[in-house]
Amino acid sequence: MVKGSRDRGARFVIYGLLLFFAAIYVLPLIVMLLTSLKPLPEIYSGSIIALPHEWTVKPWIDAWGETCVGLSCHGIKGYFWNSTKMTVAAVIISTAIGMLNGYVLTKWRFKGADLLFGLILFGCFIPFQIVLIPMATLLGKLGIASSTPGLVLVHVVYGLAFTTLYFRNYYVAFPDELIRAAMIDGAKFFDIFFRILVPNSAPIVVVTVIWQFTNIWNDFLFGASFSTGESAPMTVALNNVVNTSTGEREYNVHMAAAVIAALPTLLVYIVGGRYFVRGLMTGSVKG
Amino acid sequence: MASLELINIRKRYGELDILKGIDIAVDAGEFLVLVGPSGCGKSTLLNMIAGLDTVSEGEIRIGGRRVNDLHPSERDIAMVFQSYALYPNMSVRQNIAFGMEMRKVPKHEREQGVQEVAKTLQIDHLLDRRPAQLSGGQRQRVAMGRALVRKPRIFLFDEPLSNLDAQLRVDMRTEIKRLHQRLSATIVYVTHDQIEAMTLATRIAVMRAGELLQLGSPAEIYNRPANTFVAGFMGSPRMNLIPSMLKSDADGMHLEIAADGADPARISLRKVPDAARPYVGRQITAGLRPEAISDKLDASGVDGRPVIDALVEVTEPTGPDTLAVLMVGGREITARLQPDSALKAGQRGRFAIDLSKLVWFDPASGARVA
Repeated sequence: MVKGSRDRGARFVIYGLLLFFAAIYVLPLIVMLLTSLKPLPEIYSGSIIALPHEWTVKPWIDAWGETCVGLSCHGIKGYFWNSTKMTVAAVIISTAIGMLNGYVLTKWRFKGADLLFGLILFGCFIPFQIVLIPMATLLGKLGIASSTPGLVLVHVVYGLAFTTLYFRNYYVAFPDELIRAAMIDGAKFFDIFFRILVPNSAPIVVVTVIWQFTNIWNDFLFGASFSTGESAPMTVALNNVVNTSTGEREYNVHMAAAVIAALPTLLVYIVGGRYFVRGLMTGSVKG
Repeated sequence: MASLELINIRKRYGELDILKGIDIAVDAGEFLVLVGPSGCGKSTLLNMIAGLDTVSEGEIRIGGRRVNDLHPSERDIAMVFQSYALYPNMSVRQNIAFGMEMRKVPKHEREQGVQEVAKTLQIDHLLDRRPAQLSGGQRQRVAMGRALVRKPRIFLFDEPLSNLDAQLRVDMRTEIKRLHQRLSATIVYVTHDQIEAMTLATRIAVMRAGELLQLGSPAEIYNRPANTFVAGFMGSPRMNLIPSMLKSDADGMHLEIAADGADPARISLRKVPDAARPYVGRQITAGLRPEAISDKLDASGVDGRPVIDALVEVTEPTGPDTLAVLMVGGREITARLQPDSALKAGQRGRFAIDLSKLVWFDPASGARVA
């Protein structure tokens, strides 16, 4: 009895603390959402966590199609699509190449495979800033500077180290006997890859896609460095919306634009999140 | 014509010799079991036959054709793996048909092959399941089905029963033997289980540390082991390897067993093979299977067999018989007694020894003398 009540007390404290910290984490999001649904005068007069007197979705419509990004005033929709194209292309390409790398590094081992993997791994630790200037030179020489394909290339190159690491560690735990059985069955290099390995990679694909999607979508530095004007990704456009130096500061529009900018990553987490932890576990613990 | 020939096969990893020149030839329809302790190279040898491992030196011939440089899929072999290696993303049907699909066999022929094999192995009701939905024994059958459907010249089995529980293992063993008899297929089978080796094989290759110690029929391996290692490895409980002295005096020849300080025990010998004669007056290792020592002493049973008097140290009733550890001349010797033996630990008893199965080993080299 005594023990039971003490357990309940401890549980009460634990849940109390968890709720408290959860509230702290969720508060900024609530402020953003509330602010984005208020008309501007209310923001200037009221408390930031008060509910709107007059609910409005106009800031969202403005943010999407009307607000000024730099000098042009067509909203953030064009930049949203820039980011979508860039992110989807870069995620697919870097994941596919990472898969192939992982396959070769574990199942078609060659002399120096471990050394090569070590070097690729090294790429995970190179800070963004170091590659800016060489990358700018390269993009210029390839003639894809200030374009979405250019940004895709940058993100693929930078993401490869991570995707290779994920797939290599996942495939290292993948039974060799399956590969051998497939070889005896007459399967060739790509047969084994597409028929045996890829169909059994769902957990690690989810992990990689979430990781790559969030990083690429949220990237600001590469976007700001390697794009101009209309070709800029969402993050750069958002900055241009918020840091505008002329006219009235439309906080409600800024908040709406910021939430729109965060929505895709949120969506990816919600859809793939339950695989994320599971996938990370299978990749690391077994390996 | 030999179905499989291994000619002076060697395997090196850098300085390390994994296989030190293996010569084996197997006729069509034979069941060859490669047996030995872990690390003896038996699995490496099997992988080399399959083409999953390269050959450092020597030649592998399947059906008279050199296959050293052929891809595994072109060697006319099929393999059953220890973990079964079923493709988890495919149904049983797709698993069995995958090899045919890779060889671009037309669809209706594939289906026909799958049905035929499924019927043979009684897995026709499982064809649409995934491997994860099968029991261990069922997976084993599917793995065999995948091999059978290829109709290869040689089947390779890599410890296929080691993941099954004891009862199922015995059942599947019988199944494999039945399959071999019905298909009269050539099989190479790797195991570390000497009972599997004895029960399944038409020929056994006993290996240790990359060397082939003995190649022979199960009876030869059991009754005439080439050396003390083979003698001790095959058979359970192990063959008694008794350090003794071969002596000759007025009463004739006899074996004297005496550990340090113990009262010597004498076993008189009616005849000694010529090859053992040089050992008279010297140490020799006598090899005696437990079943050669019994407590059956009725008039017909003894029949001129020497009888010894020994202390029973331990008895282990197994059901069909009772194993007993006897102290003879200070040495422990295992005997296989009658199941209803009344002897208890600590008692003395009289035991008849059947010398017809006695084998002799050189104590220094361990090689069989006679």
